Amino acid sequence: MSIEVRDITKRFGDFTALANVNLNVPTGELVALLGPSGSGKTTLLRIISGLEPPDSGSVFFEGQEMTRRAAQERGVGFVFQHYALFRHMTVFENIAFGLTVKPRAERLSKDHIRGRVQELLRLVQLSGLANHLPSQLSGGQRQRVALARALAVEPKVLLLDEPFGALDAKVRQELRRWLRRLHDELQVTSIFVTHDQEEALEVADRVVVMNEGRIEQEGSPEVVYHHPANAFVYQFLGNLNLFHARLENGQTYIGEPAGNFAPGENANPSLVYVRPHLMNVERETQNGNHIAAHIVRINSAGPLVHLELATANGETIQADISHERFEELALKTGEEVFVSPRDMRIFDEPTPESS
Amino acid sequence: MSIAPTLPVPAVTRGLVRSRRDPAYVRWPLIVIGFLFLGLFLVVPLLSVFQYALRSGLGAYLAAIRDHEAIAAIRLTLLTAAIAVPLNLLFGVAAAWAISRFEFWGKGVLTTLIDVPFSVSPVISGMLFILLFGTQGWFGPWLQEHNLRIVFAVPGIILATIFVTFPIVARELIPVMQSLGSEEEQVALTLGASGWQTFCKVTLPNIKWGLLYGVIICNARAMGEFGAVSVVSGHIRGMTNTMPLYVEILYNDYQYVPAFAVASLLTLLALATLVAKSVIEWREERHQAAGNLTGPMRGQR
Repeated sequence: MSIEVRDITKRFGDFTALANVNLNVPTGELVALLGPSGSGKTTLLRIISGLEPPDSGSVFFEGQEMTRRAAQERGVGFVFQHYALFRHMTVFENIAFGLTVKPRAERLSKDHIRGRVQELLRLVQLSGLANHLPSQLSGGQRQRVALARALAVEPKVLLLDEPFGALDAKVRQELRRWLRRLHDELQVTSIFVTHDQEEALEVADRVVVMNEGRIEQEGSPEVVYHHPANAFVYQFLGNLNLFHARLENGQTYIGEPAGNFAPGENANPSLVYVRPHLMNVERETQNGNHIAAHIVRINSAGPLVHLELATANGETIQADISHERFEELALKTGEEVFVSPRDMRIFDEPTPESS
Repeated sequence: MSIAPTLPVPAVTRGLVRSRRDPAYVRWPLIVIGFLFLGLFLVVPLLSVFQYALRSGLGAYLAAIRDHEAIAAIRLTLLTAAIAVPLNLLFGVAAAWAISRFEFWGKGVLTTLIDVPFSVSPVISGMLFILLFGTQGWFGPWLQEHNLRIVFAVPGIILATIFVTFPIVARELIPVMQSLGSEEEQVALTLGASGWQTFCKVTLPNIKWGLLYGVIICNARAMGEFGAVSVVSGHIRGMTNTMPLYVEILYNDYQYVPAFAVASLLTLLALATLVAKSVIEWREERHQAAGNLTGPMRGQR
């Protein structure tokens, strides 16, 4: 079932949570709403589910207007960050809930419900725990019960609000891969909210980056990552170095390389963004086209060696280099190196903050 | 803690235990004072009620309770509670629901107003009803025209009791429902449950202990209320006397044995309430402990 959100606006008092948001989700896609807290992503999810009414705008499922329909009638499965399992019910009763509250005419027989719940328990790999209470389960298990409970009513749309936000890193990674596989199997149109760019890029078919109640960019993870539409998207999707730069005679000058730059008539201040792994690190300056910096900290625990560098005027530069390169250069804390960007992004508008 | 590694382990443990304990000359006097006070002001009076009631033997005790005026008083008390408590339950759940689940204009005022009956002296609460429904009151002439009696009659007693008790259940439920949050209810809605199904299957099981606790306290207060009821009752024997009023009348008539016999019934009610309250608190604690065993099931959002 496709979802269309048209011109949605929502305010809470003076705070504008969503400003004229438009979004299309084709049938069967897994979409991530990615943004910092307060960007309106959860509000958008709740409006789609019917738990929150929009101030203006419309929601369509498969071309059918849903805006005024109650949450009960929309056929959505909603999964909360903190699971919201019915704490007084067993795992079995939790999953069966949606089936047992159906009107008598539509309700399955007890045996059918039992069969369906057992099938779902197998799907979420919790077959042995049917009679446990939520308080006896781990976080990851609880979230899988919450998912099974949402899937029990065969929703046409699955909405997940920070589904892995309350879990520890390891469980989180396992569970998001599992969710991806589950989605491939079930093909139900799904939207999940996250503030974790890695999660969004890894799991989703399409990433919608939100900020301050607006959609900044939407596209496949590759497009969003490699072709960010603006400074916000670029800086939200990963670590970066920010340089003040001047454009002059078609040349970009960054940093303060000695003697390399003299402000001219058409000097054009701008901001240059470079990801840490796109920084070249050299021991010797070759053509003067480098920034000199000394090493403040070295962290080699990880797939890349992370260097924290400081320039003469106190600016911090991050650089990620391979272990091979690190050993080749035999770098030590306090030593002077010369860095240069292999690739960079220049955006017109300044970013509000850099991470 | 920084010294701990240098000390042998048993010494540390002993040191910790000692540091957590106050010396005996502080502990024992405090405990003794506590028990003395409890005995003097609670146990002795309680026992004396039963001692006095049974002073002239079991026969006199039973006769005092079986007296037709006593039975009328018991009946009126039970009737009052039977009407006031369910209404209170209804109001309490509605108010707690509104306050914990909705944002609306005047919410702060409502929350404050709920406490009015607790902050106003019961005698004044009773007088309010005289002012409203008495012969000189606002609705007095209209009531007389239609030959209706509220004040100095059973309806007045019930109204006064409802007024005095109405914060109890709401006060008990509001914090419980606020700490529960509404996510479970929202999930139930998305799963297709109606509002009523959500309330019965999700909300009610979560608040049942708080609710029961409120009801028991409310019942005790409804049966024991004296001040407000005394003002609106008119003290018509066999007609508008509740148990507490009847006890006072007997006492003023120097009929000590019957007075204490009826009083002993109220005392038994109080004891039963205490036991029920402890049982509920104990169960609630266990319930919470189970919920807190692993991770954020409760109160986190």
